[in-house]
Order: sequence, then structure tokens, then C-alpha cells
Amino acid sequence: MIRTPLRPLARILEARVKGENPDSIERENRRLRHEQIRDKARNRAEGRLLVLGVAFFVAFSVVGARMGLLASTEPSEPRATATGAEILNQRADITDRNGRILATNLLTHSLYAHPRDMVDPARVATELGRIFPDLDPEDLHKRFTDGRRFLWVRKKLSPEQMQAVHDIGDPGLLFGPREMRLYPNGRLAAHVLGGASFGAEGVHSAEVIGTAGIEKALDARLRDPAMAGEPLKLSIDLTVQAATTEILAAGMKMMNAKGAAAILMEAKTGEILSLVSLPDFDPNDRPAPLVAKNADPGDSPLFNRAVQGVYELGSTFKIFAVAQALELGLVNPQTQVDANAPMRWGRFLIKEFKNHNYGPMLSVTDVIVKSSNVGVARLALQIGGLRQQAFLKALGFFEPTPVEMVEAPYARPLVPAKWPEITTITTSYGHGIAASPMHLAAAYGAIANGGMAIKPTLLHRDGPPQAQRVMRAEVAHAAVDMLRQVVTRGTASYGDVAGYEVAGKTGTADKPNPQGGYYRDKVVNTFASVFPASDPQYVLIVTLDEPLDTSGSEPRRTAGYTAVPVAAEVIRRAAPLLGLRPTVEAAPLDAVTAVRN
Amino acid sequence: MRPVLYVLTFLSVMALAFWAYRENYATQQALKDVSALNRQIAALRESLSVQRAEWAYLNRPDRLRELAAINFDRLGLLPLEAAQFGAADQVAYPADPLQVIQPQDLRPGDVSGEVGEPL
Repeated sequence: MIRTPLRPLARILEARVKGENPDSIERENRRLRHEQIRDKARNRAEGRLLVLGVAFFVAFSVVGARMGLLASTEPSEPRATATGAEILNQRADITDRNGRILATNLLTHSLYAHPRDMVDPARVATELGRIFPDLDPEDLHKRFTDGRRFLWVRKKLSPEQMQAVHDIGDPGLLFGPREMRLYPNGRLAAHVLGGASFGAEGVHSAEVIGTAGIEKALDARLRDPAMAGEPLKLSIDLTVQAATTEILAAGMKMMNAKGAAAILMEAKTGEILSLVSLPDFDPNDRPAPLVAKNADPGDSPLFNRAVQGVYELGSTFKIFAVAQALELGLVNPQTQVDANAPMRWGRFLIKEFKNHNYGPMLSVTDVIVKSSNVGVARLALQIGGLRQQAFLKALGFFEPTPVEMVEAPYARPLVPAKWPEITTITTSYGHGIAASPMHLAAAYGAIANGGMAIKPTLLHRDGPPQAQRVMRAEVAHAAVDMLRQVVTRGTASYGDVAGYEVAGKTGTADKPNPQGGYYRDKVVNTFASVFPASDPQYVLIVTLDEPLDTSGSEPRRTAGYTAVPVAAEVIRRAAPLLGLRPTVEAAPLDAVTAVRN
Repeated sequence: MRPVLYVLTFLSVMALAFWAYRENYATQQALKDVSALNRQIAALRESLSVQRAEWAYLNRPDRLRELAAINFDRLGLLPLEAAQFGAADQVAYPADPLQVIQPQDLRPGDVSGEVGEPL
């Protein structure tokens, strides 16, 4: 473009001749030029605005059209993606620590009826009554003909039953798919697993929800769709659990006990390898809870004695008082303490078992070995109530156990509200304070683990657990040594298993009578043990409810004759299964090895 | 020149249309195959979970214990005992030890004789 000069010479000269101001020409030209520039810029801006407007219009139209399309079309599954196992499982499997299945899902069918579509309700009712003996044909017929549109008949069908129902051939009988929870091992670990039932039910599917045990406690984890393909790994070892259950059942029968419980726990990690409570039940067919008004929940097979059973645990508590006295530096294992029985405290008389007198003086070790109430009461008085409470609190006796079962938070230990000196005395030998065997396992775990308190758990963990020091390692070792002597020369002599250096403490507690006071002939026997004593790996608690050993000349109810032999048998069977090397005398070397070495 | 260009363009449009038509049907077929395979996978997974459950049921400790008791004459299975553990040095060396072969460095010149002949 040719630019017009701002001061064209011809016009300037002309203006000068006319006596006009030549600058006005320049101003005029400058104005014109600016107008040109402005018009051009405006055009360009308008064009750009137009393009931008069109672009926005197109973009929003596309978005709007897509939204309309999405809103108006039928939803469909993306077909081009690969599906995983999570589509099938609405609830994750549960396995033991070695991956053996404890709970899984099985696809079955439910049976429902549309009575209005039924051709011959009377025949259907009779035929169904023949297939399912627990259904009453009369009642079914009444319900088929009372005008309702919909009726559930069965929640779960076996394939054979389904075929039989199919063969009735009535259009009013319909099947819906159902995912059901299956416990292939039956009664084994029933209390750990708990059970499952249907939640919200529809024709096409039903929610499976946990009703007790770990199924309920970890319901959210098991139902989490993101983790459905990944089984929940428990710390339970199926083989050990089976062996423990077998022996405990035999022991319970032999000792005429009405119930029994056992907990086998890894001392270093707190993982529970076996948790048994007898009598048990089949989680596939969970019995109804007792509803009678004055029924003792403890009589129900659903009652988990190991976790829910809050008992006075008797002399098994003595080791805590002794360990604390050692920890505080009040005594050492050889210190002589006054054990002259009976001991008078205010209006109370502290007596020994069968009015023995182990005194006048006993070493601290012998207080444990002979299970002297008086000796341990003297130690507890030296410790004092406040420090005793703090120590028991650190061991977990004031709180429910953190184990992953829905029943655990409700098993709150029974702790005296006030703590006068007589409570200090009775608590030291396990009376007046009640806790579950799980509490005891956790506390003995702290002793076995070199003074580090660990939390018992039912889940298989990787990596070291969190632990809190409650006593010095030397104190814990000294306590284990004393417990070992209880087995070698004390009240638990039947507990000695060759090669496994069992260390433990017996406890016999009278059962409280609901009418007040204690029963004279009903006891709870407990044996709390750790093994092997030289390097404690495992903690075993065995509890028998109302046992009675009738093998001797007179009936015996002390733990040394009931719980201890059962526990010894459990260790004899379970320890080799755990791969624990016994410290037996090696067989004599044969010629070749002798020469070689 | 120009008519040739028109014809070529027309032919290429036809070819592309044919290709798009085929691709469309191929895609639909592939989707059908995928959903059929998915159904098959789901069915197989279901039967797998059934078989896993059955395996767990047949291998439940109670049943194995009964079987071990029934077949005691033939198998003689007893619970594992502490006495069955041993130390590695309790294991006797084999009576006739294997011949020790000394490793030797061989160069091609060291080897005489035909291939397959023992050295």
C-alpha cells in the first residue's frame, strides 16, 4: 500500500500561498491515517470475535449433543474391556495363613413363587412338600391361594433340589441367582469366622452380610469391590487349628468339662494361630441364639469362650505381680518373702490352697512354683495399688482386646471400681478381676516377647508389629524361668513335653454364683504357657469350664490335673506342625557320621 | 489430466467406503466375540470357584483324619512327633560315594581321537 505523505509538498506550498497553517494539513492527514488504522483493527477484531464465537458455539453444541445422547441412550456395559474375578465375587474369600480356603462363595439359586401365574397351586404345594420335608403343604397351599402376588419359598437350593422343582413344571415357580457363603471346613474355626446371612434381598441378587466373628468385624473390607478378588488372609493355621480342636474336644470330654477354649499365639507377632472354643457350631447352618429370659449366654454354642468369656483367671495372674516386683527392683528371684499362711488383713483371711502353709519364708521363685497366695499378696502390698493398676493396664487388662472380631469390643474385663488394699491383694492372685483368655494370651505374650507388649491379631501381617515395652527384657526372662520351674517342679508337672521346654502357670478359680458368693464345686481351670522356655516362640492358653478329673481316687478340680495335661497334649501335637525344632537328645551318632565329624 | 484425477478420487472414495463398511462389521463381530469370551470366562471362573470350594471341602482336616484312620493298614499315617525331627548331621553319608571328577582345562590340541570316542 502506498502511504500518503503527511505533508504533501504541493498542498503545503498552496496553503502557504493562501496564508493558511500548513500544520492543519498534517493533522488532517494524520487523522485520516488513524481512522484507517482503527477501521482495520476493528475489522480484524470483529473477525476474530466471530471465529471465537463460532468455535464456542460448535464446542458447546458438541458437548450438549453428547450429553443429550448419553441421557437418551440405554446404558450398556463396556464390552471391549477384559473382566476380572471381581465381577463374580461380591464378597472376598477368607483363607488361612497358608492360603487354604476358610470361607468362599458358591452360586446357587433361590426359589420364589408368583401365585397368580400358578396353574395348579394344590399340586405345587404337595410336590414342594415332598421335595422339602420341612415345608408344610397345607400352609403353602394357603399362602399360594390368599391372593398375594409374590412369595419367597427357599433362600438357597441345591442343584438336585432345583432340578426337582424344575420338574414340577409350574410357570408360577421361579428361580433367582443367589451367591451364598460356604465354609468348607464345617465347624473348624467356626467362632473365628462367625457366619454370614442375606441382607437386602431382591429377585436377581441378594446382599451377603457377615453376622458374627471376623465376617462381621471386617464386613466392609470383605464387601469392598476393589478388593473382592483378593482373599483376606487370616493368621489362623488350618492344620494347627484342626489338631488343637481335636485334642481340646477329647480333653473336654475326658475332664467332664462343659466348655473349653484354647488360644495359640505367636509370641513375637501376636498372630493367633489357633483359636478354639467348645462347644462349637457349624457356620453354614448357624444356630439361633438363646432367647430364654434367664438363659446363660455361655451355654450357647455361639458363645466364644476364648474372646467373650470373661472369667476370673486365678493364679495365672501371680506372675504379673512377681514380674512387676522384679521390674521395680523390689526383689530378685532369690529374695525371701513372708509366706506364712493364713495371713490376716483387716477382717479378711488370706489362705492357701487346701489350707496349706508353704511358709514361713519362700523365695520369690518358690512363691510362683508353689503358687502361694500369701507370698504374692505380700509382694503386691509392696508394689501398691496404683502401680499395680498401671502395670495391669499396660498389659491390657482394663480394655477389651483389639482382636478383629465383632464380639471382642463387648468383652470388657470386669475390674473393681475401687481399689482398696484388699483388692490389691486379691488381684495379685487373680480374684476379683475377670478377663478373657485372649487378655491372658496378650499379657503372657508380653512376657514371652522379652517384655514387649504386642496386640493379638487374627490377620496375617507382613513386617514387624508395633510393640510397647512394659518390662525389661531381663525381668521377662526371669519370669519365664520361674514359669519353667512351675512345670519342672511345681503345680504343672503334667505339662512337661519332652523337647519343648514348656513354661507356664496354672490357675484355678471358683465360679461366681449369680445368687452371690462362689460355687464350691464349679471352677474354671486355666493353664497359661509359653514354649520353648529358652527362646519363647508361642503362647498357649487352655481354659476348661467346670472340669472334673475322676481318674484318681478322689475327684480333682485343680488346673494341674485338668487343663495342664490337655495343654501338654496340644503342645505335643501342635509344636511339630509349627515346625518347631525340639531340643531332644540327639540319637547316638552312627559310625559314618562319627568318623566324618 | 483432470478427468483422471476425478476418476481416481471417486475410486478411492468407493474403496474407503468399502473399507469402512467392512471395518464396521469386523468391529461388531469382534465385540460379539469378546462378550462371548467374557461369558465363557465368567462361566469358567464360576466353575473354578466351585471346584476350589469342592477341593477345600474334600480336603477338610476332619475328612482327611477319617481317611487316614480308615486307611491306616495301608498308609500307617500317625501325627507328626517331636522325635521325627533330626539334624542334618544325623543323616549318614551314602555308603558308596560318587566318583569325584576333577575339573580339567582342555584345549583343542589336547584332545585326540574321533568325535564320540571316550576321552
